[in-house]
Amino acid sequence: MQKYSGFGLLKHSMSHHENWQRVWRNPAPKKHYDVVIVGGGGHGLATAYYMAKEHGLTNIAVVEKGYLGGGNTARNTTIVRSNYLWDEAAHLYEHSLKLWEGLAQELNYNLMFSQRGVLNLGHSLQDMRDIERRVNANRLNGIDSQVLNNAQVQAKVPILDCSKNARYPVMGASWQARGGTARHDAVAWGFARAADALGVDLLQQTEVTGIRRKEGAVCGVETNRGFISANKVACVAAGNSSTLAKMVGIDLPLESHPLQAMVSEPIKPILDTVVMSNHVHGYLSQSDKGDLVIGAGIDSYLGYGQRGSFNVVEHTIAAIIEMFPIFSRVRLNRAWGGVVDTCPDACPIISKTHINGLYFNCGWGTGGFKATPGSGQVFAHTVAKDEPHPLAKAFNIDRFTSGKLIDEHGAAGVAH
Amino acid sequence: MLHIHCPYCEEYREEEEFNVVGEAHIVRPTAPEELSDEQWASYLFFRKNPRGLHHEMWAHSHGCRKFFNMTRHTVTYQIMETYKMGLQPSIIAEDTK
Repeated sequence: MQKYSGFGLLKHSMSHHENWQRVWRNPAPKKHYDVVIVGGGGHGLATAYYMAKEHGLTNIAVVEKGYLGGGNTARNTTIVRSNYLWDEAAHLYEHSLKLWEGLAQELNYNLMFSQRGVLNLGHSLQDMRDIERRVNANRLNGIDSQVLNNAQVQAKVPILDCSKNARYPVMGASWQARGGTARHDAVAWGFARAADALGVDLLQQTEVTGIRRKEGAVCGVETNRGFISANKVACVAAGNSSTLAKMVGIDLPLESHPLQAMVSEPIKPILDTVVMSNHVHGYLSQSDKGDLVIGAGIDSYLGYGQRGSFNVVEHTIAAIIEMFPIFSRVRLNRAWGGVVDTCPDACPIISKTHINGLYFNCGWGTGGFKATPGSGQVFAHTVAKDEPHPLAKAFNIDRFTSGKLIDEHGAAGVAH
Repeated sequence: MLHIHCPYCEEYREEEEFNVVGEAHIVRPTAPEELSDEQWASYLFFRKNPRGLHHEMWAHSHGCRKFFNMTRHTVTYQIMETYKMGLQPSIIAEDTK
C-alpha cells in the first residue's frame, strides 16, 4: 500500500496525479475463505480490517451486492458521539469514540474527523431532568458530558433561537465536547483500503443468494458469482439482515424502516457544532463543504425502498426552522433515504447464532455510523474467537428471551 | 406520501392522517402464563420483516380514529388493499406463519 503523505501529494503533482496506485484491488472470488463477511458497508469493512489486523485472519472476504459503502454508510448524517444512558451502550459507544480519535492516523486516511461537540437540546422540565440524569450517568462512566443552561447554549450557538418566544423554548442542553462528525465515505474507503492492504478480498457486485449449511454448521455462501466456501459467515447487512436470516430460518427481532436525510445548498461557515433536539425532532450540522446536513426520525412504516414519505421531510424542516429561523430561506439540495434495521430496545445485536459459524451484527437502527470502528472491532473478536467480546456480551440475541433489554429508547436521545 | 383508502370512511386520504401500528393479525395469547420464554418473546418482540407483501395495521388517527388493516409491498410501497378489522386479506403475503 502506498502511504499517503504531504510529500506524496507533492511528488504526484509532478506527474499530474496520473500515477496514483489503485486504492484497493478488485479480485476474483477464491474458492474458499476462512471467514466471509456479508455486507461491505462501514461496519463490514471495519470488521474485516480488525479481523485481519488483530486476529491474524487474512484469508477473508467481504461480499457486497452493490459497491463499497453504498448503503447506510453513504446515507447517514455523520454524527459521532457516545453520551448514551445505560452502561452497556455507553461502554460500547465510548470504546468506539476512543477508536475514532486515533483512526485517521492508524488507517493513513483522512477521515475528516472533527470533534466539534454535540449539543442535545432540552425544551421542557422533563427534558432537562432526563438530560441531567444522562449527563450524570455518562460522567460515572468516564464520558465527558456537561449540562448547559440557556445562556451557555446561546453562547455556543448564536444563531439558535434561544428566546422565550420560541414555540418550544430552549431550556438547556447536554454537551459532549468530544463528539462531532466524520466524513462518512472516507470511513468506508479508509477501512477498505487498509483491509485490502492486509490481504482481505473485497468482492463487489457479489450478492448473497443463500447460506449453505452442512451438519448444522455453516459451510459457505451461494452468490450470483457462484458458491464461495467458508468456515464462518458474518452478516453485517443492516436493513437487509432479516432477509439473510430468513435464508437459514432464523428470526431476528428487527424491523426495517426508511430513514431520510437531506442537505441544503452549500453556504458560508455558520454552524461549528452539532445541534440535536429530540423534542422538536431534528438535528443538523454543517459539513466542511458548507451544506447543512439535516436528519430526523424514521418513517414509521416498514420499507426497503431507500426512500420515504414527503411529510417526514416537511416535519424535519419545520423543526429545523423552529430552532434556526435564520435558515428559513436556505434551499435544499438533495434528500434521500436509507433502510435502517431497528431493534425493539434501540440497541444493536452482536451475536453468535444457534448455527455454528454464523454470526450477526445488526439492529443498529438509526445510530450505527458513530459505532463503525467499535462495532467492527468487537464483532471481529466475536467471530474470530467464537465468543463474544466483553463489550458485546450484553448485545446477545438471547436478551429478547431473557428480558435483559438495554432500553435506550427515550432515555438517551432517540435521535442519532 | 402514501395515499390511503380508509375502509370505514370509504375515502382516499393522505398519509398524514394515519398512523401505522405494526404487523396485523397478531393474536394475543389467551394464557400467557403457559407460554415458554421463547413463545412470549416471539409475541412481544419478533415481527415479520418481509421484503415484499406485508399485512399491517393502521389507524385513521386524524379521521374516523378506527383501526384497519392494509396489505402493502415494502419495496414498491404499493398498497394492494385495505380491509376492516376482523376480515382476512384477499391478497395473501407469502410469508404468513
